[in-house]
Amino acid sequence: MSNMSHVIEIATATHPGMVRSHNEDSIAADAGLGLAVLADGMGGYNAGEVASGIAVAMVSSELKKALAAVNGALDTATAERLVGEHAMRANNAIFQAAQGQSQYSGMGTTLVVALWHDNALVVGHIGDSRLYRFRDGKLEQLTRDHSLLQEQIDSGLITKEQARHSQNKNLVTRAVGIDPEVEAEVHSYPVQIGDIYLLCSDGLNDMVTDEAMELTLASLQANLPLAAEQLVQQANDNGGRDNVSVILARVLKSFPARAGLVDRLKSWFR
Amino acid sequence: MAKLILSLEGSMIREVPLDKERITIGRKSSNDIQIENLAVSGEHACIVTILNDSFLEDLGSTNGTVVNGSPIKKHILQNNDVIEIGKYKLKYIAGGPAAGQGANEDFEKTMILRAPPKPPAAARPVNEPTAAPKPSTPPPTPRPVPPLVKPATPAPTAAPAPAPTPAKPVEAPLLAAVQILTGPSAGKELDLVKNLTTLGKPGLQVAVITRRPQGYFITHVEGAKFPVINGKMIDAQAQPLHDHDVVELAGVKMEFFIKK
Repeated sequence: MSNMSHVIEIATATHPGMVRSHNEDSIAADAGLGLAVLADGMGGYNAGEVASGIAVAMVSSELKKALAAVNGALDTATAERLVGEHAMRANNAIFQAAQGQSQYSGMGTTLVVALWHDNALVVGHIGDSRLYRFRDGKLEQLTRDHSLLQEQIDSGLITKEQARHSQNKNLVTRAVGIDPEVEAEVHSYPVQIGDIYLLCSDGLNDMVTDEAMELTLASLQANLPLAAEQLVQQANDNGGRDNVSVILARVLKSFPARAGLVDRLKSWFR
Repeated sequence: MAKLILSLEGSMIREVPLDKERITIGRKSSNDIQIENLAVSGEHACIVTILNDSFLEDLGSTNGTVVNGSPIKKHILQNNDVIEIGKYKLKYIAGGPAAGQGANEDFEKTMILRAPPKPPAAARPVNEPTAAPKPSTPPPTPRPVPPLVKPATPAPTAAPAPAPTPAKPVEAPLLAAVQILTGPSAGKELDLVKNLTTLGKPGLQVAVITRRPQGYFITHVEGAKFPVINGKMIDAQAQPLHDHDVVELAGVKMEFFIKK
């Protein structure tokens, strides 16, 4: 398996916010694998932490094994399948744990997974944790929340502007660990050198506007850890009502899959 | 539950709870809220309520629907909005978390809405979560949504004091600027209006000044050399800026000052 740490630079920050005592968000990032995982848990007592913790630990460790097993011979379709599959497994694990122990009953979590491979980014998500892309000075949201609010926006019931005033911000329509089955929404995007990807929990995007995030990345892109810290600080300065987590990942170099060339050669001779 | 208070020329006529997904307002008797007045169209407007949000929509009425003085087609109602239809006024009083201000606690707690038509879904969990977030009212739900809503963290009672108030965004209290003292742009002034202002030369030395509720701070962003403030080099930590501090950055001196 190729080591990605020289092509992807990652910085992370997470904070309980100004109101909550627990941090129910979990994050993991492995530049060597080109993998970032973020989850925002929910459920009573510490069940939210447990759910997001299971999701992040399972997805990152299992994906690592799966990537090692295919040993770099991975096309984008397979990468997409792997991301979807491991989200499903995490769902299963959390659902089972919740069934088995009453204190965890009903726990769940959002999930967003980013896997960089072969000059592409595979993103899988469930719930309202997001992935944005910062490219050429513009910030663009690539995931679409699985939330009531997003459904209302999609159906034309309300505009994005009105959505800011909605009381229904916190209702997700899909989550990991709540039902026996769940499907992650998985897409892939070609990457460019210099792209910065931002994964966040809703504690960031509910408190900080997209414009402010864009300004922060534009101003501080030279110092990724500082940018991550600043984003969290802005969420807290604006009230910090929720846990806030940020993963920033910058593409430093092109990373074509090595096996890709071999595969293409083979396919010519078929 | 949210409600409307119907009044005419300052005297209240009645209260209407928004207890249905869709409530219609108009002159005809088929409406939920009937207003017998010629200025009101037969079917004038309607209000659709989904959980904690109520949406007002004008149904192509002749004389229009006005909210807080502005005509609207579609509007998401906020607590205390005043809807005017003809000479009648309807004041919207939000229910749910928007009611009383102390309700901030429940705000932002992520909850799950499970769409009910989970077709052949395997047996439901036996110990289905029973904890409803607020015992008060599961508001009238629209299409899906039997309440599979769960509170997230029960807000810690341990943390004593400052829970609800610091919630709304706080404006930085003052405005400051920097004035360049040396180099080719000496004399130039730059207002620090944005949350973040970067200074310096990219690739060589850059620092950022952040505007926060507590005041202004400077932080090193890139370059081998760190900014110097009043003759002292700062470290990697953010440093508060005070009126008339002199900052030296990428060979240029500048003065930070409060403008009010």
